[in-house]
Amino acid sequence: MSTELKVKTMAECVAAGEVPEVLFWVGCAGSFDDRAKKITKAIARILQHCNVSFAILGQEETCTGDPAKRAGNEFLFQMMAMQNIQILQGYEVKKIVTGCPHCFNTIKNEYPGLGGQFEVLHHTQLINQLMSEGKITIEGGAFKGKKITFHDPCYLGRANGEYEAPRELIRKLDAELVEMKRSKANGLCCGAGGAQMFKEAEQGLKEINVERTEDALATGSEVVAAGCPFCNTMMTDGVKHFEKEQSVQVKDIAELIAEAADL
Amino acid sequence: MIAQIAFVLLLATASFFIFKRFQFVKRNILLGRDVQLAGEPSQRWSTMIRVALGQGKMFTRPFAAVMHLILYAGFIIINIEVLEILIDGLFGTHRVFAGIGGLYTFLIATFEVLALLVLVACVVFLVRRNAGSIKRFTMPELKGWPQNDANLILITEILLMTAFLTMNACDYQLNQIIIKDASHTYVSDAAFPISSIWSGVLEGSSQNALHLIERFCWWFHIIGILAFIVYLSYSKHLHIILAFPNTYYSKLQAPGTLNNLQSVTNEVKLMLDPSAQVPPPPDGPQRFGAKDVNDLSWVNLMNAYSCTECGRCTSECPANQTGKLLSPRKIMMDTRDRLEEVGRSMDASGGEWKEDGKSLLRDYITEEELWACTSCNACTEACPININPLDIIIDLRRYLIMEESKSPESITVMFNNIENNGAPWAMSAMDRDQWRNN
Ligand code: SF4
Ligand code: SF4
Repeated sequence: MSTELKVKTMAECVAAGEVPEVLFWVGCAGSFDDRAKKITKAIARILQHCNVSFAILGQEETCTGDPAKRAGNEFLFQMMAMQNIQILQGYEVKKIVTGCPHCFNTIKNEYPGLGGQFEVLHHTQLINQLMSEGKITIEGGAFKGKKITFHDPCYLGRANGEYEAPRELIRKLDAELVEMKRSKANGLCCGAGGAQMFKEAEQGLKEINVERTEDALATGSEVVAAGCPFCNTMMTDGVKHFEKEQSVQVKDIAELIAEAADL
Repeated sequence: MIAQIAFVLLLATASFFIFKRFQFVKRNILLGRDVQLAGEPSQRWSTMIRVALGQGKMFTRPFAAVMHLILYAGFIIINIEVLEILIDGLFGTHRVFAGIGGLYTFLIATFEVLALLVLVACVVFLVRRNAGSIKRFTMPELKGWPQNDANLILITEILLMTAFLTMNACDYQLNQIIIKDASHTYVSDAAFPISSIWSGVLEGSSQNALHLIERFCWWFHIIGILAFIVYLSYSKHLHIILAFPNTYYSKLQAPGTLNNLQSVTNEVKLMLDPSAQVPPPPDGPQRFGAKDVNDLSWVNLMNAYSCTECGRCTSECPANQTGKLLSPRKIMMDTRDRLEEVGRSMDASGGEWKEDGKSLLRDYITEEELWACTSCNACTEACPININPLDIIIDLRRYLIMEESKSPESITVMFNNIENNGAPWAMSAMDRDQWRNN
């Protein structure tokens, strides 16, 4: 963790007369959750290392409205969406990278109908592009030869058909990618989506994250890779449930890349 | 001549019932709200060809897929024979197409092989369904009628195929007795590869008895098929027909996309800018979200009529797998049951929609079920005919929230946080960029 982070907000860029190419949409978890903030920093470090011209909205960013929409509060969703679109358009944002598949899905698929057309990438997609362009290289990184399994976030995988970008990144770590028995289109949800993150689960026999963590542990991997801050929380809790936190780590792909590239 | 008159009467009666039932189903589906469908017809056709015609999504479970393919192909192909039956029935002919010779022999032989395969597949399905070893076939929502419906149709198919093969077996035996008799329409023995094998049981029967059995099977077969078509519309087997329009009209956007309610857009625009110009609502004020079937879209309702009750959605559902009450299959079955109920009561009151004090929400689908959904799209991915239970779940949630302000307490807190702090937690907007500094 050598490099110092220098992240500017859009407002700061405007004041300095700069026009960033990419807006990094951090998301609420990435902004406020202590664990997720580490993912945010890893993404920012990677962008900075690759000389991507980017900025954040900072205090002007608000929730995309995803949990409100999925809980049925279409009013609140559209209020948030229209305000966000206004701000994004105010800064003439064209391209957005998100640190969360829920933000990614909402801005990519649900904002256009409300007038917000942007090119939207999930961070694993952008990082994968950057690596393919040779902007980051990993040689004998920290994860070489290690077993890593990837948990598909529903809103990246099934919802948007992106299964490969995160997997290509894991392969670039020289790690051994081990698939869970349910993966890609058949992947099992971590239990957080559809606003479940913000409520107790309904009465049942088991927690969904425990069920999913069983899949992950069965692969014998040392690292459970995630691509979503909510999945990350759920899987981390699941690993704790099985008291495996000493031997199994849950990490975002961005963290793995940043660590392996020694950023 | 009497036989011909009886046949015409039979055909007319069956057509009448089939027409009435299909009108009923169509009227019910059109009780749904109109929807704007995105996407090009070419994409829709290719989805239909891949998913419905090509059974593309069945093959995630190869064994069931192959068995189902046999039923599907077998049933369609064998029913080419219905054309001959219709002509024979109307004009009093017997095997009218036999004159085309070699091709006819080939066709009938193919039908026989397929009939045997269909028979075997039906027996396998029957055993598999009732053995109790597959969870999705033993779940509560299948108890009673749905379970019987499935069995009944399998048994009917077995009977129909048996009748078909027996009919051919009679003709084969007749061949052996009266091969040179001009009154007998001769069909080459080669047309009966399957029925000839077991036609031995009929050996020694008189010519009359064979004619009688042959006629009985012929009538049984055609009555069976007509009854099947009428029955279809009451049953989950409607998917045989509706799978096609259902996949044609299925969602083309990325599965993660939820529609934006236009009525809400207009209100929010006015709220943010009171001088905004918004179009008036198309047909008077509508409810936000769905309380009953007529608040859903007609695509949702067609989905409900198309559902095969296979339970693939439910077996992939994370909520259901972990013991929650939610079952996406039940969402579809409830929607259909309620729609049928509404349809029947409309018929009883001269086509008028009358409040009956019941609704899809609560009388059929409970809040507990709705709140268990993670919106993960496993159900929509699993459905072999692109049904979307999630759409209905979200629309019912919308009604709960926007019309009744009813939500689990923690969800209300989340809403308030978003409204006040711009984040689902009670965090200050001022701290949003703090991560940069440490
Ligand atoms: S979207 Fe909801 S109903 Fe469908 S599988 Fe996921 S949790 Fe179950
Ligand atoms: S919705 Fe689809 S997957 Fe679910 S039971 Fe009906 S047909 Fe099967």
